[in-house]
Amino acid sequence: MAEVLVYVDHVDGAVRKPTLELLTLARRIGEPVAVALGAGAESTAAALAEHGATRVLAHDASEYADYLVVPKVDALQAAVAAVSPAAVLVPSSAEGKEIAARLALRIGSGIITDAVDLEAGDEGPVATQSVFAASFSTKSRVSKGTPVITVKPNSAAVEAAPAAGAVEALAVSFSAQATGTKVTGRTPRESTGRPELTEAAIVVSGGRGVNGAENFALIESLADSLGAAVGASRAAVDAGWYPHTNQVGQTGKSVSPQLYIANGISGAIQHRAGMQTSKTIVAVNKDAEAPIFDLVDYGVVGDLFDVVPQLTEEIKTRKG
Amino acid sequence: MSLRIVVTVKYVPDATGDRHFADDLTVDRDDVDGLLSELDEYAVEQALQISENSDDDVEITVLTVGPEDAKDALRKALSMGADKAIHVEDDDLHGTDAIGTSLVLAKAIEKAGYDLVISGLASTDGTMGVVPALLAERLGVPQVTLLSEVSVEDGTVKGRRDGDAASEQLEASLPAVVSVTDQSGEARYPSFKGIMAAKKKPVESWDLSDLDLEAEEVGLEGAWTAVESATQRPARTAGTIVKDEGEGGKQLAEFLAGQKFI
Repeated sequence: MAEVLVYVDHVDGAVRKPTLELLTLARRIGEPVAVALGAGAESTAAALAEHGATRVLAHDASEYADYLVVPKVDALQAAVAAVSPAAVLVPSSAEGKEIAARLALRIGSGIITDAVDLEAGDEGPVATQSVFAASFSTKSRVSKGTPVITVKPNSAAVEAAPAAGAVEALAVSFSAQATGTKVTGRTPRESTGRPELTEAAIVVSGGRGVNGAENFALIESLADSLGAAVGASRAAVDAGWYPHTNQVGQTGKSVSPQLYIANGISGAIQHRAGMQTSKTIVAVNKDAEAPIFDLVDYGVVGDLFDVVPQLTEEIKTRKG
Repeated sequence: MSLRIVVTVKYVPDATGDRHFADDLTVDRDDVDGLLSELDEYAVEQALQISENSDDDVEITVLTVGPEDAKDALRKALSMGADKAIHVEDDDLHGTDAIGTSLVLAKAIEKAGYDLVISGLASTDGTMGVVPALLAERLGVPQVTLLSEVSVEDGTVKGRRDGDAASEQLEASLPAVVSVTDQSGEARYPSFKGIMAAKKKPVESWDLSDLDLEAEEVGLEGAWTAVESATQRPARTAGTIVKDEGEGGKQLAEFLAGQKFI
């Protein structure tokens, strides 16, 4: 069976969930071979093996942390040369897409980004994408070279499938471009203890109707009662009520959780572009005419300052 | 010293319009009004700010690849304050994918001459966000991408990249390719004076032969990806909507419990 390279997104050896989803999808088109780079690369092996990686190609060098993107492209290119895979899968983070694009160009291959599903086809893997604010669904394939495909988080349920997952050293020689962009400083984001927005199964968002930074505590309480991530509309972010890293929408993050709860968000097209593929959509808004209600599975026309605390209390009671 | 900045911009279908596909599965541009991609306005703005903060002689060229109407996007950028524009237009470009677009842009950038390329973080139609990285790869220069802050001094570009896990400070020597996010600073509105001045600014038109490119290298035929089908998502079935009369939160909890979220 053909091998499929899966690029591993990890933090100091802790594998992030989108990579485990990729391993599940990779098994539909071949045997997953994982590529793990940087500090802690080798310690990703156990989690990767548990989810189907037949081999783990690992390499660590200071270049991965000290320079932007290109060293990782060099390494992935070395892995492609070593494995001759049927496809290369990369998580659809901002960096993942940049790595995938440069790799595709170097190996003379087409690239598909932000796939939401993947299946085997007669002429190679077929990727489903959700486009035009999720109003259309397209099926595409790479027609030249080794398909390079980036996949959005929450595109597949993680399935365990134990495999050998033996660690092998990947030989990498860095290109002249590798050291072009220096990382001169790094400030880790402070952990909120909540799930990462793009990976969360449930997202609770607040918009203009939240009416002030201090009121986001209501949204956070609801999120915490459900173990959810917190999102914000552009209006709320531009008003300075919540950080830009939490912005959901066309110019922010695109999310696709099992459940999306929009509070005080009218549902402008730019916001819908970032959340419309959510499986179940719920909204609370005072304005019965708000376009968000066209999308919802369940909507409450009412004041979020009444509805949200009551909902939070009820969830706590039921979970009690 | 002089600094030549090329800003890549895209003319896109208005996201608030009814966007759909043509028979050949390319984006139908006839039925929806187009405009300068909003995210590219931030790139134009940063070019203008770099120019305003510089002691050097800065020349800002806006560059687009697109159909006749794409001139509107160039005019908007010129009216904001860019100095000149290049429009790459050719019937054979129809259906060009991201890899092909980066080829055409890279050729045009090299022909125009540059020290710094500035792009938006993604177009608002394709939303791939890969063209700046592809340009850096093709041009063989550093990529300093997804910046929420950018500055240029003494032949060095510096910026801040806000990722999920960390905020990074980046630095590279020119020439380089930069992309900026919507956090880099609100784009200015063109003034009346700017709009009038834009009418007199030069817009060059280049076709594939000007860039030494063959038709087979671009367009649908030259694309390295193929769209096999495009299906309109069925309208969502109407959801349940209730009016809060004191029990709205509890009713919603009941719905969530029924869906096994609680």
